[in-house]
Amino acid sequence: MSSKIGVYFDAANIGGGLDVEALAAGVKAKWDSLVAVVRVFPVLAEQAQSIVKDIEDNGLDGVLICGASPRQDVELYRFPVLTERVNLREQCVLSYEDPLGNGLVPGQPAPELLVQLATDYINMGVVKLQKGSLPDSAALEKGVRRILVVGGGFTGLTAAAEAAASGYEVVLVEKTDRLGGAVNNIPTGSPLQGPWEDKESTNLAERIAAVEQNPKITVYMSSTVAKLAGQPGQYTLTLNTPEGEKTLEVGSAVVAAGWTPLDPKYMEAMGLGVSPKVMHAAEFGKQFLAGKITARRIAFVLDTTLAEEAAAKQKAEAEAEAQAAEQAAEAAPAEAPAEGEEAVFVKQNLESIEHLRYSNAVNSVGMLRLANTVCEKTNDVTQCYVLYKDMVVPGILERFYRKMQDRLGLMMTKADVTSIREEGDHMVVSCENTLLGMDFDLDCDLVVVPTGLVPVSAKEAIMQFEYRQGPDFPDLDLFDGYLDSNYICFPYETRRTGVYAAGCVRQPMTLDGCLQDARGAVLKAIQAIECAEHGVAVHPRSGDRTYPVFNFVRCTQCKRCTEECPFGALDDDEKGTPKPNPARCRRCGTCFGACPERVISFANYNIDQIGSMIREVSVPKDFKNEGPRILILACENDAYPALDMAALQGHTWSPYVRIIPVRCLGSVNAIWVSDAMSKGYDGVMLLGCKYGDDYQCHFVKGSELCARRMTNIAETLNRLGVEPERVEQFELAIDEAHCVTDMIDGFVKRIEQMGPNPFKAM
Amino acid sequence: MSSAILVVGGGFAGLTAAIEAAELGHDVYIVEKTPFLGGRVAQLNKYFPKLCPPSCGLEIQFQRIRNNPRIKFFTLAEVTALSGSKGNYTVQVTLQPRHTAAHAVDLGFFASGLEGEAVNDFDFGLSTRKPLYKSAPFAFPSRYVLDPKSLTAADKAKAASCKFINLNEEARTIELQVGSIVVATGWKPYDVTNLSNLGAGTVKNCITNMQMERLASPYGPTAGKIVRPSDHVPPRRVCFVQCAGSRDQNHLNYCSYICCMASIKQCFYVAEALPDAHCDIFYIDLRAPGRYIKTLDKARASGKVSFIKGKVANVEQIEGDRVRVQAEDAVRGEKLTLDYDLVVLATGMQPSLSQENCPLPLPLDEEGFVMGGEEAGIFAAGCAVMPLDVTRSAQTGTAAALKAVQTVEGR
Repeated sequence: MSSKIGVYFDAANIGGGLDVEALAAGVKAKWDSLVAVVRVFPVLAEQAQSIVKDIEDNGLDGVLICGASPRQDVELYRFPVLTERVNLREQCVLSYEDPLGNGLVPGQPAPELLVQLATDYINMGVVKLQKGSLPDSAALEKGVRRILVVGGGFTGLTAAAEAAASGYEVVLVEKTDRLGGAVNNIPTGSPLQGPWEDKESTNLAERIAAVEQNPKITVYMSSTVAKLAGQPGQYTLTLNTPEGEKTLEVGSAVVAAGWTPLDPKYMEAMGLGVSPKVMHAAEFGKQFLAGKITARRIAFVLDTTLAEEAAAKQKAEAEAEAQAAEQAAEAAPAEAPAEGEEAVFVKQNLESIEHLRYSNAVNSVGMLRLANTVCEKTNDVTQCYVLYKDMVVPGILERFYRKMQDRLGLMMTKADVTSIREEGDHMVVSCENTLLGMDFDLDCDLVVVPTGLVPVSAKEAIMQFEYRQGPDFPDLDLFDGYLDSNYICFPYETRRTGVYAAGCVRQPMTLDGCLQDARGAVLKAIQAIECAEHGVAVHPRSGDRTYPVFNFVRCTQCKRCTEECPFGALDDDEKGTPKPNPARCRRCGTCFGACPERVISFANYNIDQIGSMIREVSVPKDFKNEGPRILILACENDAYPALDMAALQGHTWSPYVRIIPVRCLGSVNAIWVSDAMSKGYDGVMLLGCKYGDDYQCHFVKGSELCARRMTNIAETLNRLGVEPERVEQFELAIDEAHCVTDMIDGFVKRIEQMGPNPFKAM
Repeated sequence: MSSAILVVGGGFAGLTAAIEAAELGHDVYIVEKTPFLGGRVAQLNKYFPKLCPPSCGLEIQFQRIRNNPRIKFFTLAEVTALSGSKGNYTVQVTLQPRHTAAHAVDLGFFASGLEGEAVNDFDFGLSTRKPLYKSAPFAFPSRYVLDPKSLTAADKAKAASCKFINLNEEARTIELQVGSIVVATGWKPYDVTNLSNLGAGTVKNCITNMQMERLASPYGPTAGKIVRPSDHVPPRRVCFVQCAGSRDQNHLNYCSYICCMASIKQCFYVAEALPDAHCDIFYIDLRAPGRYIKTLDKARASGKVSFIKGKVANVEQIEGDRVRVQAEDAVRGEKLTLDYDLVVLATGMQPSLSQENCPLPLPLDEEGFVMGGEEAGIFAAGCAVMPLDVTRSAQTGTAAALKAVQTVEGR
């Protein structure tokens, strides 16, 4: 709660003919004792030291910078007190457009509407400081500097070794009785380093020995995670071990649970499971290592069309069947769980033929590797044929492919494989559309088909979270069961803070990818512990010291916050009272957007604060002559920057809107809309990210949740006799600055046609 | 001994490495050669497979930089000397002058009043820019840069009178003490002038895939309109030539990883902007690794893209500035001659260090990719190591950050 504020004007970044001195005088007159210092500087950036001095001399506890957007020059205005920015440049002067659609005339004094706009923004800034405070700390007393690694395959072994090398203790949990995972069945590895031409030893024995001998690493064999409870920095891990349950403290986790081969039933059309002379690549590797491969003519078939077509046909049949069953069952609908009864978690099996297709690159490289090994071991006496539709050897591994082309025993061609069948004591592979200028039947002793890498996460709830939102990661179906990130830019983002996936459980990848991935995930795991220890948020609000504070006295245990948190940060007790886990929290504010009782707040971002800012705007009673007033709540990550960029590119918009940035549209509480309506605003625009399966929201669900809440808001407005069309949500991506003018001015126009908010005169 | 980390290159891999290390509590210096951070991704219109804007992720990265006092970055900066050893390096960095104030002043109006024009490299020559400019609206740092070479005499007089411009600013050298180094020097598009059979850059309506990104960008030379450069008419028949200089012993002996997906993505740009247009893609292999195959499925299902397996042998300009493509259908064994309104060469990634004098003691392979360096506490990330997409660049950036941190902590 700032009570002694310094207000600073950066004249060089205001302009627009605004009388900055008059604005300054206005602030002093209106806020009197709350604002202790008001200064106007020609170039504020050169005067940061003066502000520091004012803070010391006058005991300021809040600083308000009026000038360019808060996205500019942040490093120049880092002060030990609460600091806010008023965006007078981009979202006031540069974007100003008079009601007739004209911009400012250079050299002319600012028009009255611009002065009102600037004054409103400055006053909103003062209120924001007045209603905000510096956060205290949510730091853990001590974070547990121990990392759980689930999975003892190549990725897990790498992760364990890297975490130990970084000074952390490691608990490595392996489901089977053998370390090494799938790599145990790989005769040689694909290239791991430049020049990327040669097979590479996986050095598995050395890697295993290094882990087993490392005093920082404890390995639990034949064990699985039974339960993970708590939060980053202080998780309680329960393991199922052969000796019974074991409980341990860990700080964060890397999930390297790997994959299982696709059920052969999906590949019967390719002969797998039908003929003993057909095996998938991983099985072939295993048999080869065991010395059981005697075949001298081997076809490696990369084209999976046969299996795909069969699966498509089955799927169509199954769907038709399901439809029929559904119609039959319509009379007797399934019983819904009774009120208050918790639904029992059932893991959905996401395994499908698609996993075979997604494994294309791993198999292309893998088959080349296997064929090469066979040729090498038999001095090219064995003849290997690689039949592919597309040789998916992307990137630098092309060099490995090229080298393989020179291999004497290795013949490759593009081919559409139309049948794989047993004839007498050998196999026949029919090939069409080859590069040899003819179709042919290939006789061979053995057919090797690709292995579908089905991530373990598609079939098991690996981490068994003891979380309010259930034991598994949410929305895995969006990633076909892979424990992957939705974000192209941020590959380690999961929706469970402190738990990071690596290796083939995240995406099918070759060994070089697994190596990198293990390291990346370990870094994120270490970060989660460090951030918890320091009480700060991890990505995307990295370093944010605020966290949600609950006023439990007023909580009605409605559970909305615990259900809607995109990261499952909130647990609850038997009564349904939320139990916060600050180290799991990403500080998006979705919880307080959800709360009907408004019991949740952040030190520098809370319901009352934004509500007060909304109410601080001077809303004229005379709609006809002084125009409407429209509130814009804009996502600060995408929509707000888009508005800034629009202004900097010369786009302008109606002077009747007042923009307030929000952490995420998910943090928008319906009360703000009511505040705006009762204050007499004529409309509210909510600007957020694209949602749907390819959502762009950095907090996963913000704009989607907001859209859902809009239905309730519309009902409330209807009840109050306010047209629901006065509140509208828009999707505005960060690169859509060119759409801003039409979006805003179009809405303003609709409101003008609708007439004043019926509450205006009250 | 220093626990600070140097990151060479401010593209996506470098930014990721720097930010992730800093968020573990380390001081990090980013040294970026160009005037702005963001690297190649800043020039892209959308990412595959989500078709989302790169500025979305960059904004988050820039926020993380703005809010983290541990990260210091230098633009227009290059490492010019290095001494010392792992754990204890002294790095000499030369900073070219920016000639503008060290804070965000909106010089847009002033810039628009200047007469000089220069070829806009950010748009790969498809537009010109003023001598005082920002590369893109989301350019970071959000500070103009002045290129004195393209000022006219009148501009010079004007610039001299602007209090936020300093024409006399000179290059300077600073020294940094660091314990480990991340090299994320990235890539450059392969030079089309080497591709004589594909027009060598002289065929008017034959552009590169990176130029296509600029054409499709709302901040690009045509404000996002996909048109033929010669007459600004929207194309109806578009051809994509895959592996233009890649997978070729005479040019780049590797696959550039992203080009198949990039062309598929660009077909979506075309389909969205020009519903009547049709695209042909000539390819050797369609490389849509992993779940990217779904994007390929979508392109196939759209009916607006034809895929032809075969290498393009020749590209030439014909009447009406159309482009004639001669190719071989590898499956049918036929020679094809087809005419298009616009041809896009899917040129590959060449490591930036190729044919450059690298001041760091790094072993490079024949193409200029970094191979090794770890023993010296130098870790390469992103496309300096191999061609990668954005998500894998971020992955390797994060991995390199871990190794860099281990080096300075594990003393």
